Amino acid sequence: MATSGSKCRACKAPAVIDLPRHNANFCAEHLLQLCRRQVEKAIDDYEMFSKDDRLLVAVSGGKDSLAVWDMLVEAGYQADGFYVGLGIGDYSDESGDYVRRFADERGLTLVTVDLRDDYGYDIPTAAKVTKRVPCSACGMSKRHLFDKAARDGGYDAVVTGHNLDDEAAVLLGNVLRWDIEYLARQLPVLPARNGFPKKCKPLVRLTERETAAWCLIRGIDYLVEECPIAAGNRHLYYKDTLNSLEQKSPSSKSAFYLNFIDNMAPLLADQSAAAAGELNDCERCGSPTTNELCAFCRLVEKSSAHEPVPVELVLGKRGRS
Amino acid sequence: MQVKLRNPKREIEMRGGKTVNRLLDDLELVRESHLVICNGTLVPGDAKLGDDDVIEIRPVISGG
Ligand code: SF4
Ligand SMILES: [Zn+2]
Ligand SMILES: [Zn+2]
Repeated sequence: MATSGSKCRACKAPAVIDLPRHNANFCAEHLLQLCRRQVEKAIDDYEMFSKDDRLLVAVSGGKDSLAVWDMLVEAGYQADGFYVGLGIGDYSDESGDYVRRFADERGLTLVTVDLRDDYGYDIPTAAKVTKRVPCSACGMSKRHLFDKAARDGGYDAVVTGHNLDDEAAVLLGNVLRWDIEYLARQLPVLPARNGFPKKCKPLVRLTERETAAWCLIRGIDYLVEECPIAAGNRHLYYKDTLNSLEQKSPSSKSAFYLNFIDNMAPLLADQSAAAAGELNDCERCGSPTTNELCAFCRLVEKSSAHEPVPVELVLGKRGRS
Repeated sequence: MQVKLRNPKREIEMRGGKTVNRLLDDLELVRESHLVICNGTLVPGDAKLGDDDVIEIRPVISGG
């Protein structure tokens, strides 16, 4: 049996986790309390939503999206789930099972779309047809369907499970290129505009290690395996790099991201407003677009006409949009 | 003790008596990227692992 000397900072019971960035150890109950407080702080500080709002949470079957759905429901928010079957081999079959089980066990409402059944294509096929990296077709499809589901269902805001590590890794990528337009839009909340719903990221103050611990302690069964297309991508490399830094210098990762939001993002505010131009409705689906047909409808048109492509054929083509 | 690892999924046998932090160091794994579960329970870095323990080292970094 494992024995440990470390005690919870709050109650002095035996600790289950060490959090070097807080220079403290926590028992299971107080780790949960820390997570709840960080999420409430993010919701309040960035004015995300209230208990009167109807929320739609994008869920993938992974730890972050299930954790945020669980936290919101536990805290008394009205949150439904939204899942897209991407047709990425066994990964998609399994991820769908985890999401449905989570929703069923808790009696929660889950809105689902299946790319193959509902639109006649899947991500490997779309990647082949567009000759782009799979993550680019995937990200675009998910964003489009998520926005559409939010509009169709009359939701007040959409929620994603992006955590501190996700945001810090994207920030590192944007800073390495000094991509001012992306930097200006990298906020925990994007207001509704031009027919796009308000987008909120309540987990930006929690690391992945903390959201994973939330799931373990709460008994949430999530898909630990990754999407096979993610393996080896640049986003993961940035995360590893930041975690090596964090190992040597605890709390540098959160300072990097949270101080960007507090100190730098306000200076960039007018840069992102400039990017918002006039949009019209897509002729086919009514989504906001600068063209006659939106990018999603163009993708569906091309991909659904193509023979299904197995996921193995696109696994060499890595990278993230 | 039995140690379960992922990416790729595998199991290795190691001698007990070391702490969680020492185990991670020996395997050249970064603490911030992993949780360590001993006999089904989350354990902190200074927990001492015994010969009979079943350990899971779970990566927490996702790439989507
Ligand atoms: S890794 Fe890429 S292809 Fe896989 S789910 Fe994420 S965005 Fe989609
Ligand atoms: Zn405690
Ligand atoms: Zn359209």
